[in-house]
Amino acid sequence: MADESRIFEVEIITPDRVFYRGEATMIEFNTAAGELGVYKRHIPLTTVLAPGIVKIHKDGEDDVIAAVHSGFAEILPEKVTLLAEIAEWPDEIDKGRAEAARQRAEERLSHKTGETDIKRAEFALRKALIRIDIAK
Amino acid sequence: MASMRDIKRRKGSIQSTQQITKAMKLVSTVKLQKAKNRAEQTNPYFNYMYQTVTSMLAKSGNVDHPYLKAGGSDKKAVVVITSNRGLAGGYNSNVVKTVTASGLLKEDVEIYAIGSKGHEALSRRGYSIKADESGMIESPAYENAAALCKTVLDAYTNGEIGEIYLAYTHFKNTVSHEPKLMKLLPIEFDENEMEQAAGSNVLMNYEPNEEEALDTIIPKYITSLFYGALVEAVASENGARMQAMDSATSNAEEMISDLTLKYNRARQGSITQELTEIIAGAAAIS
Repeated sequence: MADESRIFEVEIITPDRVFYRGEATMIEFNTAAGELGVYKRHIPLTTVLAPGIVKIHKDGEDDVIAAVHSGFAEILPEKVTLLAEIAEWPDEIDKGRAEAARQRAEERLSHKTGETDIKRAEFALRKALIRIDIAK
Repeated sequence: MASMRDIKRRKGSIQSTQQITKAMKLVSTVKLQKAKNRAEQTNPYFNYMYQTVTSMLAKSGNVDHPYLKAGGSDKKAVVVITSNRGLAGGYNSNVVKTVTASGLLKEDVEIYAIGSKGHEALSRRGYSIKADESGMIESPAYENAAALCKTVLDAYTNGEIGEIYLAYTHFKNTVSHEPKLMKLLPIEFDENEMEQAAGSNVLMNYEPNEEEALDTIIPKYITSLFYGALVEAVASENGARMQAMDSATSNAEEMISDLTLKYNRARQGSITQELTEIIAGAAAIS
């Protein structure tokens, strides 16, 4: 029997679907201000997501892992909602494509010209690295 | 009275038109189902986004943020979402009408057209078209909406435009769609909703600070509005086409039954005439 007092609701919503809805005892994700782990009864907080891996810990079950890129999170004492522009399960990721994207981004960063959009390239690189990481 | 052959030919041509409209109706019914599902799936994201943004703004009421007050320019950007294809009843012209009847001055308006029908109609009426993104409507993707949103927002922050509007067709249900013109920026919320949002929520913290959070969240909010409008417009388009084709099919049916009646009368008339001629001929011989 799971310990009721530790369980809270988690929702991950993307523009195209409700990506995940379930219960958890803890959730970890990456925000613009660093990594964050949330238990039940966290103070209310709205924070901007950074590309990263979301790890949903459950009682007596395997952790749920997904890749989330850009969006924001609303944390309430009983509920955590992630509004993500892109969210992917590990088995949805095309590893070859992610690898290609990583190479492209690295290429752009190592041969900088005046026109290179460094921020965009870095963002692409981070996304690719997370995809490769999670698809392993 | 038209000859038998003429009526028959006319009937044949109506019949083949009816076949086409029937097929088009079936196709748009299937497409409508798909688009409707999609619109329903977008809803939770959009609703949540709306809630969050309203409650954020309700609390940070008088933040001096560029997204919340009118820009310096008189120019108004209007994103007009129509379809690339016709034969959808009043669907396209209704959207165009909301723009022309909105009271926005023609000289101040810059159109960002999604859908070639709206593009053509508005440029014919003398509006200046800033961009044409008609390809987007074929398969609406979030990335496309984000790209368009960025273009428009950049123009807004640069001071090229002072206000942003969105004209699209709201999908209420399968039979009712409503053309809408919505003001996106600067954001104006309903006072009542603001108060509700402010009252119902616990004290929220923001990380990083509120202004930076607004900076990232408002573009996402606008993008979600664009995307939602795009998805709803596709559903409305197919709904409108389904209705138009349905009534076209039943009109054709009516015409065919009318013509069948006429044809039969003409046939009877010609038989009677032939008989009269034969009888008259026989009488003349004997």
